[in-house]
Amino acid sequence: MATALIVERLRSGLSADRAVKLSPPRWLPAAVLLGPSLAFLAAFTYWPVIRVVAGSLIVGRFAGQTTVGFGNYQRLFADPHFSRAAWNNLAYAGGTIGPSLVLALGLALALRETTRLTGILRTLVVMPLLIPLVAAAALFSFILLPGDGLLDFYLHRLGLGMVNWLGDPDLALGSVTAITVWKNTGYYMLFFLAGLAGVPQDLLDAAKIDGAGAMRRLRSITLPLLGPTFGFVVPIALLNALTQVDHVVTMTQGGPSDATNLLLYYIYQQAAQNDDFGLASAATVISVAALLSLSLISFRTLERGIHYES
Amino acid sequence: MKAEWRLVRLLGVSAAALLWVVPFAWMAVASLRPGVPTDIASLTPAGPFGLDNFAMAWKSGDFPLWYLNTLAMCGGILAVQLVTISMAGYAFARLRFRGQELLFAAFLLQLLLIPPLLIVPNLAILVSLHLYDSLLGIMAPYFASAFGVFLMRQTFRAIPRDYEEAAMLEGASVAVLIRHVLLPLARPGLVAFAIVSLTAHWNEFLWPLMAVSSPRNQVLTVGLATFASGAEAGSAWGIVAAGTFMVAAPLLLMFLLFQRRFVSSFVFSGIK
Repeated sequence: MATALIVERLRSGLSADRAVKLSPPRWLPAAVLLGPSLAFLAAFTYWPVIRVVAGSLIVGRFAGQTTVGFGNYQRLFADPHFSRAAWNNLAYAGGTIGPSLVLALGLALALRETTRLTGILRTLVVMPLLIPLVAAAALFSFILLPGDGLLDFYLHRLGLGMVNWLGDPDLALGSVTAITVWKNTGYYMLFFLAGLAGVPQDLLDAAKIDGAGAMRRLRSITLPLLGPTFGFVVPIALLNALTQVDHVVTMTQGGPSDATNLLLYYIYQQAAQNDDFGLASAATVISVAALLSLSLISFRTLERGIHYES
Repeated sequence: MKAEWRLVRLLGVSAAALLWVVPFAWMAVASLRPGVPTDIASLTPAGPFGLDNFAMAWKSGDFPLWYLNTLAMCGGILAVQLVTISMAGYAFARLRFRGQELLFAAFLLQLLLIPPLLIVPNLAILVSLHLYDSLLGIMAPYFASAFGVFLMRQTFRAIPRDYEEAAMLEGASVAVLIRHVLLPLARPGLVAFAIVSLTAHWNEFLWPLMAVSSPRNQVLTVGLATFASGAEAGSAWGIVAAGTFMVAAPLLLMFLLFQRRFVSSFVFSGIK
């Protein structure tokens, strides 16, 4: 109503000045609508980033004096637990992202036609997405239990020996990685299924008539057209590789002998157990910087993919 | 030849899917076996079956409290989010203002800078706001949602401007416009966001673990972690299975009932 009135006055020849005085400032609606979100983002996203950077640079506080320097970073890079956690996290990222994306794509290709059976199979693969990672951890604690556990129980029937999946330093990270793959594959499959629905069937048919084999069609048509899908699945998977450590907290506590220590678990340890906030802050800064730089590239692809869709 | 190949492929996928569901199958079977059977790993035991494990789990854990806390946490987060994301999403979809692109990019940063990553500074902030060890403290970092704003921006963009203009011309107030035009049309976006938000927060562990210290503020995931480690220490695997079942069941059930909605929401969450 108010706007209509102003427009009316403008039209009837009143000076533009008066009309401007009557109308609220142009930025006001945006400020009101964005205000609540911005307030929460400021308090719990932007301010924490500033704070953690500052915290990582504070070396000591004595008698009201704050010392600033790179001491925390020096200690961090000198800490063998940290470098172990960083290398482990790289292996964890590669070991979760590669296999779960390949599996997800394979399942999506095999289940792309909608029938009663494929519907049921899709459901089964997606189910792990719905349960907490700590619940998955509780189940896999038993499955991987040496001796009485489910895996050993059935391996024994096949005449295979006992394996300490979580207790052996050479196997523990692989076991933790496998749990994450189990949990995430269905999620990524959903994205690939949606992406595949956008691949024109007549294009595939035409290629087939021209004599292109299944592998060739996949390589030259399907995969390139799934580009935007990869563009946002990869950043999601990267973020997951850094943040999905719940099972490490409840199953292995980073052990045995740091074999499953990951960056976020290291941060959690320093903050919650050692009360070393300087070290925890420095580790947070390094981890976030790595995540941001790795994701930004695919992030641009994400935005492009979205405009492409709409 | 072709039909055979199809059959082989279908068998392969079926085998993979069956393997995928083994943890759930074990959870269901073991939770129904009372006592401490020696073949607790078996997926096809002879019996006996009963609900003893559920009764034991219910008694030894604080399940009613954990359910209530989790519901309050998820509900509180979602209620505030729906308001903030509708407002901000509308602003980005419809208004034109200076610095819009930059501001939107600043919003999107939150997609990566999620609370579990920023536990160290966020904890300090909770303490200074006197929100440490409260449900509100767990919820507060999630009240703004970049993902939700993104989703709602796309949703509002898909609604033709004509509807709003027509309502304005008819003399509808802003409140009427929101209630009778915008919200009904934005419903699919809001429902999709609600499903994704509820799933994410129902399942979250590390941040609620850090933000809360007293047992009376624990949520299901945190409760399950302590509960399960206690039961595992006593090799009471049937009780572990029953407890895990109780934590996982509500969302799993919702998923099985409203599968299509869930799937389209998750996909919508990535693409739109």
